Amino acid sequence: MTTIRARFVLVAALAATATAPPTPLKAQVPPERILNAAAEPGNWLTYNGTYSSQRYSALDEITPGNVDDLELKWMLPNQVFGAWQTNPIVVDGIMYITQRPNDVLALDPATGRVFWVYRHTNAENARVCCGANNRGVAIHGDRVFMGTLDAHLIALDRITGRALWKTTVGDVNLAYSITMAPLVIDDKVIVGVGGGEFGIRGFVAAYDVETGAEVWKFYTIPGPGEPGHDTWEGDDWEHGGAPAWITGSYDPQLNLTYWGIGNPGPDWNAAQRPGDNLYSDAVVALNADTGELVWHFQFTPNDAYDYDSVQVPVLVDMPWNGQPRRLMLWANRNGYFYVLDRTNGQFLSGTPFVRVNWSSGLDANGRPIPTPQPEGQPTYPGNQGGTNWYPPSYSPRTGLFYFSAWEDYATIYRPEESEYRPGQAFLGGGFDVLTPVPGAPTVGIGRTSPINNWTDAVGHGAVIAMDPRTGQPRWKFEQYDVSDSGMLTTASDLLFTGGREGYFHALDARTGEELWKAALGGQIVMAPVTYEVNGRQYITVVSGNSMVTFGLRD
Amino acid sequence: MRVTFAAMHLPRLCAAVLTLAASLPAAAQNLADHTYTTTDIEAGARVYIADCALCHGANGDGVDGVDLRRGRFRTVRSDDDVRRVVTQGVAGSRMPSFDLSAAELNGIVAYIRAGFDPSGVAVRVGDPARGQAIFEGQGRCVGCHRVNGVGGRRLAPDLGEIGIARTAAALQRTILDPNAALLPINRPIRAVTRGGETVRGRRLNEDTYTVQLIDSEGQLRSLAKADLREYEVTTTATMRPTSLSADQVADVIGYLLTLRGIS
Ligand code: HEC
Ligand code: HEC
Repeated sequence: MTTIRARFVLVAALAATATAPPTPLKAQVPPERILNAAAEPGNWLTYNGTYSSQRYSALDEITPGNVDDLELKWMLPNQVFGAWQTNPIVVDGIMYITQRPNDVLALDPATGRVFWVYRHTNAENARVCCGANNRGVAIHGDRVFMGTLDAHLIALDRITGRALWKTTVGDVNLAYSITMAPLVIDDKVIVGVGGGEFGIRGFVAAYDVETGAEVWKFYTIPGPGEPGHDTWEGDDWEHGGAPAWITGSYDPQLNLTYWGIGNPGPDWNAAQRPGDNLYSDAVVALNADTGELVWHFQFTPNDAYDYDSVQVPVLVDMPWNGQPRRLMLWANRNGYFYVLDRTNGQFLSGTPFVRVNWSSGLDANGRPIPTPQPEGQPTYPGNQGGTNWYPPSYSPRTGLFYFSAWEDYATIYRPEESEYRPGQAFLGGGFDVLTPVPGAPTVGIGRTSPINNWTDAVGHGAVIAMDPRTGQPRWKFEQYDVSDSGMLTTASDLLFTGGREGYFHALDARTGEELWKAALGGQIVMAPVTYEVNGRQYITVVSGNSMVTFGLRD
Repeated sequence: MRVTFAAMHLPRLCAAVLTLAASLPAAAQNLADHTYTTTDIEAGARVYIADCALCHGANGDGVDGVDLRRGRFRTVRSDDDVRRVVTQGVAGSRMPSFDLSAAELNGIVAYIRAGFDPSGVAVRVGDPARGQAIFEGQGRCVGCHRVNGVGGRRLAPDLGEIGIARTAAALQRTILDPNAALLPINRPIRAVTRGGETVRGRRLNEDTYTVQLIDSEGQLRSLAKADLREYEVTTTATMRPTSLSADQVADVIGYLLTLRGIS
């Protein structure tokens, strides 16, 4: 007995020293801290780091000169299989992550040891098109918030992991779901819904952080009498999709919150839903207090290719034609890179960053000139797009915008009439990825094998460092397989990213030169994050089923 | 030295030597000899709807353990087996015998082999026993291929599970026109190491920095691209187009479709 107790005491004492938080635990993350998140780079307070969503960190302990000294600090394996897409939130020495399907974990970001796990059991009929993903939590005060696959929003006490309230956001029977990390603005927690492959009517909605009561709701498809309703015919608008499944951004000065909107439904049969189908494949700017639409810009009207515009709106202030301007940078799934004025949605420039043949260019207002391909002919970019939802990064130091692109990748579409049935797949046909030989293996969503038997013959990945002023890449870093990795840049001009092959890279953000890599083996899908514990910089990235954390050798 | 992104362009440059469509007209000619015609398939569709759909269903999967559209049978292998079952019935079961003309019989086999798709290609599937004899004899396939470890060399793929992995149409394409049918992963590799060694083989896997292959000596090799002086991926198959007759090819396909791994 005595020995056991003695050992217990010893272990407890060790654990206490190892996990001691760097700063005294602040109980509160008030809205002001999130507003000024860039000023505390030791924490990672929102999905994209800050409201401007640049995924740029002022931390600079890790540099091109010492990046070779990075070593593995800890790994945390996911107990559930499937691509792990969680984005960690780090605050005052605690990390919050989610794992499939809807668990929340609080852990020590220096050691990877877990404080608590919260488990949400989804309704059995919860349905998502593309995997039981969850991309992380949002934080406010003493709470963390998670959206669930069965379209609920849950608030947890961030110290105990106990549920405080649960709100129904969408009807699971109609295949509404939530996979994104919520966004907190002021005293509201904002989420959008998935279900674009099931004929939902999409929306973005805000809930009171204290009670979970709905504050506002913006339907991404205007109802009868609302402006834009006439871009749909008949009752198409009732099940026209337009989901919002990636976290938006926020400009506090303009009090506008920006959200990328997904594909219209049915996905591939545009003829079945004549009209522009607003606000599918658009970015919407909403008044953060009321949810009212202030402006919109549609990238792909009457989309026939599933070109969701759910990319992260990246907000950048920089001179444009000599004038300081509040811009929004956007590499779209449809293959064009756009620069917009985020005060009013004005189109400033748009250039293709991969081969594009569904359109021959953009007119003066940024509207694409459609060139649909003949039946049986390949459409570039293919169904997963020139890029997709994976978070890009903008470095104010280099002035470059970084994102993952899929090059030389095309799809052949087979549009068909689809009948809408509540809660059922509503796709409008099917598609095949272009291959040199009929029936050869192809790329799809995520990587499920360590063998790449589809090869670069069906497309390959590249990190593109885009110069927003010219719309031309400054450099490219090519990969053999396609990549769904997000980006992270730091004040020491490092760019951290990965890809499906499971390599984790540190590149020189100015030149694209590879400075360091680690062969982690599992596909890297989400973007890395960086933070500080005890004054030391850490980098965390998810590879396959493992969360992996690096720091400099002690 | 670090692998910079210039080195990563290597495989891209090689892709420029693609000559995919070179032998297409000849291949199309060959394929026509080996397949049923669209008229056959359409005639078969009429017979099927009138005489078979009642039990086998519109999708061909109405009878337990049989899926005519997807080519899943209980006993049937070759096209002649299908003809036999239809003209003689299955004793002791509900499968009746039918008195059909030669054209109707041909049609029903074509319709089944085309996967119920009038615009599809219906590959002729011959006798597996004869096919095995050809595979091991006149066809010279065993000179290169192993079947579940028996015969051949490891450089060529072991065909022991090819009946699960490929359709009859894909097998026919490979035998008649190996270049056009060459799967990208199987593209032959030629690499010259810094030390001057030339490595040839069949690619198993590749990524940005490395490639894994079975070399011409039958050994597993993993090469770092940064250590290579030359690296070439060719689109010309190692296998040559066959000189077997249309009937013999049908028999070989019949045999290959029976290869479903060790039992
Ligand atoms: C009265 C119902 C019925 C009709 C009509 C019928 N079948 Fe069948 N068929 C069966 C049954 C039952 C079996 C399974 C026999 C057994 O027990 O092996 C079968 C088996 C077969 C098989 C063999 C599957 C195998 O591998 O053993 C083929 C081929 C086939 N049918 C083709 C046809 C075609 C072609 C027609 C129309 C010309 C047709 N059938 C009409 C009931 C029917
Ligand atoms: C000279 C050696 C050689 C001979 C003889 C040969 N093959 Fe091949 N075969 C290969 C190689 C090597 C490949 C891999 C692709 C390539 O390089 O052609 C291959 C590929 C195949 C494949 C495709 C495998 C896949 O995974 O899709 C099939 C099927 C096949 N051969 C069947 C045959 C048959 C049947 C014969 C005899 C008629 C034959 N081969 C004769 C070397 C040979």
